[in-house]
Amino acid sequence: MADAPPLEIHDLTVAYHKKPVLWGVDLVVPPGKLVGIVGPNGAGKSTLIKAAMGLLPVSSGWVKVFGESVAKNFRRVGYVPQRESVDWDFPVSVMDVVLMGRYGKLGLLKRPTKDDHDKARECLDKVKMLPYANRQISNLSGGQQQRVFLARALAQESELYFMDEPFAGVDAATESAIIALLHELRAAGKTLLVVHHDLPTARNYFDMLLLLNMRVVAFGPTEEVFNYETLQKTYGGRLTILSEVAEAVRVKG
Amino acid sequence: MNELIPAFSFQRVFVEPWTQPGGGFIWIALMGFFVTAACGLVGNYLILRRMALVGDAISHSVLPGIVIAFLLAKSRNSMAMFVGALAAGGLTTVIIETIHKRSRVKQDAAIGIAFTSLFALGVILISLFASKVDLDQECVLYGEIAFVPLEEIVRIGGLGLGPLPVVRMAAVTLVVALLVILFYKELLVSSFDPALAVSLGINSSLVHYGLMAMLSVVVVSAFEAVGAILVVAMLILPGATASLLSQRLPLMLGLTVLHAALSAVLGLHLGVWLNCSIAGAMVVAGTGLFCLVWVAGLFKWYAVRSSNRVVGNKSGGGVSDLLNSST
Repeated sequence: MADAPPLEIHDLTVAYHKKPVLWGVDLVVPPGKLVGIVGPNGAGKSTLIKAAMGLLPVSSGWVKVFGESVAKNFRRVGYVPQRESVDWDFPVSVMDVVLMGRYGKLGLLKRPTKDDHDKARECLDKVKMLPYANRQISNLSGGQQQRVFLARALAQESELYFMDEPFAGVDAATESAIIALLHELRAAGKTLLVVHHDLPTARNYFDMLLLLNMRVVAFGPTEEVFNYETLQKTYGGRLTILSEVAEAVRVKG
Repeated sequence: MNELIPAFSFQRVFVEPWTQPGGGFIWIALMGFFVTAACGLVGNYLILRRMALVGDAISHSVLPGIVIAFLLAKSRNSMAMFVGALAAGGLTTVIIETIHKRSRVKQDAAIGIAFTSLFALGVILISLFASKVDLDQECVLYGEIAFVPLEEIVRIGGLGLGPLPVVRMAAVTLVVALLVILFYKELLVSSFDPALAVSLGINSSLVHYGLMAMLSVVVVSAFEAVGAILVVAMLILPGATASLLSQRLPLMLGLTVLHAALSAVLGLHLGVWLNCSIAGAMVVAGTGLFCLVWVAGLFKWYAVRSSNRVVGNKSGGGVSDLLNSST
């Protein structure tokens, strides 16, 4: 059990309305790595992490988290959904949202204790959002909303994290705060899978990259995988992206 | 002189309903309160989940359930009708989910298909068995809250509790309030972020079906008092009004109950004054409260905006505050 990898995916196929969006994904993620998932729009990046977490029905294949099904091991998994996936006008405060991260540890009918509140405050402090604890969530900027989601993920105290585009639409200060936090989590031995949109920064941010376009194009340490051939294979003939790739490779060389 | 609007008499409208011997109006007010409070509590979650239309759907589609239960039980046995309506409510939820998930039809269209078909089935059943079915179509649509005091009185050990529908509705309201308190965190997280709920080990679809079951029970118990159409207003109005007043869920739930009490009492007086359907008057009173809160909110918004312009934003609230805090 102790040796089971944080995430193991075998022959995973996922379809929406009988149209496959992910084909035969095989993946073994080693512990303590910061893994970036990159690929063009519609490549199935979000689908992959949702399917891995059991949020979507799969057509075939299986997913194991620390050697068990995710339903059994949900306490060891943390999740940061896309910011747009929730209604930010919802009648809750920043504190309420972060406390939700503690719900998995509480049983049925139990209320968050003082310890849970302390933990939530500590997590808010880590993302520098403690002064906003009592704010209604609709009064936050995009970057602040993302930090609240990260604080909630921290409060989950998981070992494996799935993050869906945490860098989307945030300011530069938040982006560097997030990346510092991710490095801190990795240093604590956590495994992180992060869907990322921006190729040039992907090279600097992640230990390993998963290049995805309906299938796994390449998966490995960033310096091995991040090259013109694999990126071209991932992004196909998309011209604007290709020039971005060329630029990214040039910067590397 | 003008017969359209009866003359207003303080004595008749505000005093007599409460001093009348037998206390009939007190039961009507209580029934109105319990119906609106129970509907409002469940309705809050429907609004938050953008499922307001599902309340509409279930309130209509319980009709065939009630008719079939009536035909099978051959009497107006309320337990049989209750089960029939609950089954129909559950069926509606399943039909909506199935159409939505197994076809390209979007959820709102799926709702439109499910409840109109079931309601039509109910209408056909009533007209087919009209001779055997002692169900008044008018009553099904609009209810008759004024008859509530005439119902059989529930007695426990010689002590008269109150008319059966009122006692039943009170019990339902109590259970709904209890469930909302006990499962506060499950309801909250699965409404705000269903994906996160799953990753926390909370079964979102179980919560969904639980909420739908609660909705069916509430709608069915409210049915004979307010009917299939007015119940929709009672599901949405209290929560919508509360959401204008507060941005914290627990306070919203409290304000929902306050709105229910106010619209029941004001509606009763309005109904007595105009000598019209009391359930209808309660909904109108609830709408009035909603409009009042809305307009007051608009005034406050203008006030905050103009004061921000003059003083240059010292206090919180405005867009400029948001921009300041993001750095």
